[in-house]
Amino acid sequence: MSRTIWPPAFLLAAFLLGWEAMARSVNKMFILPSPTSIIRKLWELKNPLFLEHLPATLAIVVIGLLISIIVGIGTAVWMSLSPSVEKALYPLIISSQMIPIIALAPIFVLWFGYTIWSKVVVTVLITFFPITVNTFDGLKSGSRELNELMLTMGARKQDIFFKLLVPSALPHFFSGLKVAVTLSVIGAAIGEWLGAQAGLGYFSRRMMTQFDGAAVFAPIVLLSTIGILLFLIVKWLENRMLKWRKHK
Amino acid sequence: MSKQVLAFQDVSFSYQDQQQNRSIPVLHSFSTQVYDREFITIIGASGSGKSTLFRLIAGLEEPDSGSILINGKKYKSRLGQTGYMPQKDLLMPWRTIEENAALPLELRGWRKKDIEEKVRPLLEEFGLSGVEDHFPHELSGGMRQRVSFLRTVLSGSNILLLDEPFSALDAITKLSMQEWLLDQWDKRKATIIFITHDVQEALLLSDRILIFAEKPVCSLQEVAVPLARPRRLKDLDDPAVLELKDHLLAQLRGKVGT
Repeated sequence: MSRTIWPPAFLLAAFLLGWEAMARSVNKMFILPSPTSIIRKLWELKNPLFLEHLPATLAIVVIGLLISIIVGIGTAVWMSLSPSVEKALYPLIISSQMIPIIALAPIFVLWFGYTIWSKVVVTVLITFFPITVNTFDGLKSGSRELNELMLTMGARKQDIFFKLLVPSALPHFFSGLKVAVTLSVIGAAIGEWLGAQAGLGYFSRRMMTQFDGAAVFAPIVLLSTIGILLFLIVKWLENRMLKWRKHK
Repeated sequence: MSKQVLAFQDVSFSYQDQQQNRSIPVLHSFSTQVYDREFITIIGASGSGKSTLFRLIAGLEEPDSGSILINGKKYKSRLGQTGYMPQKDLLMPWRTIEENAALPLELRGWRKKDIEEKVRPLLEEFGLSGVEDHFPHELSGGMRQRVSFLRTVLSGSNILLLDEPFSALDAITKLSMQEWLLDQWDKRKATIIFITHDVQEALLLSDRILIFAEKPVCSLQEVAVPLARPRRLKDLDDPAVLELKDHLLAQLRGKVGT
């Protein structure tokens, strides 16, 4: 672990140092704030950021992801159980990703107003796709040979589903979830830009109108941190549930 | 003569080739019998339809006509009536050795405690104690085959269908696995039908050898192995056996080569 963490840490440190030096030489903090000024701003704004805007965004991310997981798994299972459902839904799900969600977001504000749901819908629309498609592919990846072997043992349909298809799908589900958690933060921020009264995305955009560069970046640092933490939580869950892969 | 455990009565079967959209006849009006506690080997070149025979017995395929009797009974579905051990070990990578072996018991709704009581002593007998909590990829090929065989035994059937189980093993491991299998066959009081393309293996293991050569198969040429049990590897140097071996090789080569 420690050996793998050093190269990226070194690169990041070099990048931040370069940024700091450049920001200081340009010396226009409202356009190009230095990393240290962003940290200072983060401390200065800690009360509104951590007590008001972070909880608002976190709620969107968590609710959006939960809905995506439930809808995604449900759709994937439904498609895997019925070929006609698969034929009808799969192309629609794929093409739904061609719709520019960002362009659609204003319509959700029209429908749901400035409530949390206009943002949750954007998050769900962005995150359900990787979960659905990966879980579905995973359910299809169950080995045909193992399926037949289980049949010769007298297995019923539900045995094959729970003892073969679900375990085969789990690694794929986690790959999808890892993509989804990183997208969820983006979804929440986009939703907030378009209509919100609180939230990290909303706050960042508001600060832009005030030409406060450091205050634009401070909530972005928090947004990235949420993304990284969510990713690490999923990775931890994955390692726990797929113990057999760790031994490889 | 002891009782019949498996019988084919006038069985015809054609394999549907999806890509070329035609049916390939494999068996034509085929009949044979297998008796209790026999060790039967089926030899034939690859692609000669040996595995299809197993799929028919196990119930994965239904004959076009004729009937297949298991322990004297004609079942509506033969699935779950035999113990089938596939060519690859096909252990589930996400299950531990013990969980893999216990799969057939789980499918029959056994309780956890009963499963453990049944499986633990067998794991030890199969030389797998100490690795019951390991995952399949941590074991050697020979050990994995033993787990796969244990799983087959735990299907509870008296008929064990083994499809080239040792073909992927190295020569030394193969030899010790063959001796071990004969030992198990004796202990489990099972009837074994064993597919191989290795003539020497067939001679060492079986009571009768069925040769799968022409196609479609109407009747199998059948050879009894003139050796007493227990057998040693050097018994295969007996002149009668050597002659039989040449005969078998000529059969396989002549029929398949053309």
